[in-house]
This record gives sequence, structure tokens and C-alpha cells, in this order.
Amino acid sequence: MSREDIQTGLAEILEEVAGVTPADATPEKSFTDDLDVDSLSMVEIATAVEDKFGVAIPDDQLANIKTVGDAINFIEKNQG
Amino acid sequence: MSTSATDVVVTGLGATTPLGGDVDTTWEALLAGKSGVSRITDDWIKEYPAQLVARLASDPAEQIDRVRARRLDRSQQVAVIAAEEAWRDAGGADAGVDPLRIAVVFGTGIGGALTLLGQDDVLEEKGPKRVSPFTIPMLMPNGPAAAVGLAIGAKGGVHAPVSACASGAEAIRWGLDLLRFDRADIVLVGGTEACVHPLPMAGFAAMRAMSTRNDEPERASRPFDKARDGFVLGEGAAALVLERGDAARARGAKVHARLAGAGGTSDGYDLVAPHPEGEGAARAIGAALRDAGLTPADIGHVNAHATSTPVGDTAEAAAIRSSLGEHVMVSATKSQTGHLLGAAGALESVFTVLALREQIVPATANLDDPDDDAAVQALDIVRNEARRATFNAAVNDSFGFGGHNIALVFTTA
Repeated sequence: MSREDIQTGLAEILEEVAGVTPADATPEKSFTDDLDVDSLSMVEIATAVEDKFGVAIPDDQLANIKTVGDAINFIEKNQG
Repeated sequence: MSTSATDVVVTGLGATTPLGGDVDTTWEALLAGKSGVSRITDDWIKEYPAQLVARLASDPAEQIDRVRARRLDRSQQVAVIAAEEAWRDAGGADAGVDPLRIAVVFGTGIGGALTLLGQDDVLEEKGPKRVSPFTIPMLMPNGPAAAVGLAIGAKGGVHAPVSACASGAEAIRWGLDLLRFDRADIVLVGGTEACVHPLPMAGFAAMRAMSTRNDEPERASRPFDKARDGFVLGEGAAALVLERGDAARARGAKVHARLAGAGGTSDGYDLVAPHPEGEGAARAIGAALRDAGLTPADIGHVNAHATSTPVGDTAEAAAIRSSLGEHVMVSATKSQTGHLLGAAGALESVFTVLALREQIVPATANLDDPDDDAAVQALDIVRNEARRATFNAAVNDSFGFGGHNIALVFTTA
């Protein structure tokens, strides 16, 4: 899956879980500082990522994912 | 009329109920004699002896945005809806009160039952990793109070009394105490419940507590009537804003009524059955009167707890008669709203405040043939249609499984 497709899919998840406008879900955005996504919502996002992309995010990795770009990178690197 | 040292007033009202999505539509429907009760038609209900419910008139999804709603249990959604209406009504956001001096007391009887049971289904079907990270905050019984506190920015304490069907009234009593002890300048109080689900329905049915008049939903909740056979489970929330009278007047707030006093007792008799003479209930009413500095002759109206169960209504009638006498105009509004459990005391306090403000006593629906019980016969239970009357003080009483008794005294503004 291309980075563009991953970004689009991630934006859909962010809209569903946290009400983030898709156009705002750009790589440089911080989940907590820019998009107001809290730690419990990050857990929901990780579950949705696993469903959508088949990529599980272990808890110790989830803590390192600070921006939308971090998430796209993780998914791109780990997709099957 | 209150002689208590601290004058506490009601400056905001909110509700979402089986009769309407806000206070005005609920009150209008109540006075018009409308019923919020209907028969459940889902497949699961077929094996149930009691199939009636009083659902919300307005879907919370229409009043609260989707992303906010998905992390709130239904009981929390309706709590926030009612609380925000009350806060708007009071002008709370513009009152200039320090957030450190804003408190919340919001009760529930059951808590986040729909979340608990729904997530148990997820656990069974999909395993532990699929259980929502919001499960605990959505099911905890202090969740509604916490959600309301967040919604209005309260930093002066958020409290959650849990005393079954007295929870909403107990929250109001705690709010009064917070103001009297000067622990807050403005307190948002209320109660909430939303537990229409097969398990609670089965549990209440197993207690033989619910009406089985399935073919006549609107006639099923009939407090004090000879043919009453149990309560009808309702859902909803109600909220009031309380503050000290001097502060309310200083900021030019409109005052709906005064909260003049409160009393609370426990039966010490049985876990769920009321004392047959309503001994604990009568003591609560007596305590509330003394707290308000009033005598029985001052009280014109009682909004009764009266759930339409055979034993509960006669015990309460005895308590009202022994503590207040036979002159009071009694209303049993659960005849139209159903029984909102932890929200009941808050909703009925909203009704009591409106009755005082508008000088009109709501009718008790379905009271075709009053019980032969001596106290029921002796009381002036308003029926057929709402009654215009002149009165300056009214009582709302609430009782809960566990032997909890709360009585609140309101007076005109």
C-alpha cells in the first residue's frame, strides 16, 4: 500500500475515532498537541489500524508514535 | 419562608425524559397528561413477563455530537444533556464564578450498565484485546458526575451519591450541604439512568417489581390505584443549578424556587422492602421540615415517590399522612414518566420547582380507583387533570432499595 493510501486510511480512522477532519490529518501533526487525541483514543486507533492494515502496534512502539507521520512510517515498514 | 441560615436557590433546570428532550417539552407533556410508556417489540422481550418501558422521547444522538457520545455511556450522555441545559438556564458560563468554586453532585442508581453488558459481549465474542479502552470510565458510577464536571469546567469537587432510586434526591441534598458549608459557590446537581437492557429488566422482573400490564402500556404505571401491579422502567436525566440566594441576586440570576431544607434517613428494616408504615420515610420528611424551619401546615404539595408497586405506595401514603397530614395535594408523576431510578429524585424535584413557580399541581394519571388503604383514601391525591392552587412550600420525597429515604423541601422564590 502506498504512503498516500496509508495516510487516507489513517485519516478515516482518526475521523471515526476522534472526530479529526481528514484534511487535518497530515504527517507533521502531533496526535496530542495538534489533533487533541488522548492516550485512550490512541489505543482505539491502534486497534483500528490492526483491522484496516493488518499491522499490530505493540504497546512499547505505540508510545513512540507521536505524529501522523510516525504512524504512517510504522504501518509502511510493517505491512505484509 | 426558610429560616435556615443559608438561603439556597434554584437558578437552573434541565432534563431529558420519556416525555421530552428538555424541561419545557417534558413539563408541557406532563401537564397535558401524556404518557412516556410503550411496549418493547424486540425479539428478546418475548419470554419476559414485564415488557414495558419508558424510553427517552429524544434520542441523545440528536443532542450530543458523535465523537463525544462514543466515549460516554448512555447514562452519561443524558446526564450531560440535562446538565448543559440547566447550566445554560442558570447562565452558569457567564456567572463569573471561579471554577475552583464550582462543584457537581450527580447520582445514578445502576451506573454504566449498558457499557458493562455490551463490553462483556465483546469479551465473549472477540476476546480481551477488543474490549474498549473506555470501558471503565463509561461504566463507573461516578462517570456521569465526572462527565458533567468536565462539561461545565467544575474544579471544586465532583461527587456521585449512589443510593438506588434515591440517588438523584440525595445529590440535591449533598449540593445543599456544600453551599451551606461554603465549600462551593455554585453546585450543579442531578441524577441519571439509562439501563434498558435484558439483564436489568430480568432482574427487576425476578423481584416481581415491574408491571405486567403489557397490553395497556399507557395505563400500566398507576400509583395509588387499586389495580397497580408494579413500576415501569424509565430512562433519562434531570439537573438543577443551586447557589446561595445573595450571590444569585447579586448577579441578577432568575430564581425558580428556593431549596429550603432536606432530610435523609435509613429504614434499618429490610434490604428492599419498605417499612409498612413508612417509618423511615416519615422521619426523613420530618427532618426536612425542621431543616427548613417549616411546619406541616406550611406544605401545600408533595411530589410523591410512588412507583406503582403494591407495597411501596401504601407505605409512602402512611408516611405522608403521619408526617404532613391530610391537607397536602399529592402528585405521582411516575404515572406518566415511568420510574427513572437514579434520575427520579432529580426529575421530580424539577417538577416540584415548576409546580411552585407556576402554582399548578400535576395530576396522577391512571388513578381510576384509589386503593382501599386508609392513608391512600385520606390523602388529597390530585387526579384527572392538573390543579391550579396557591401554595408556598412543597416536598419531594425519594426512596431507594437499601432503605434510603430522602425528603427535600422547596419554597417559592
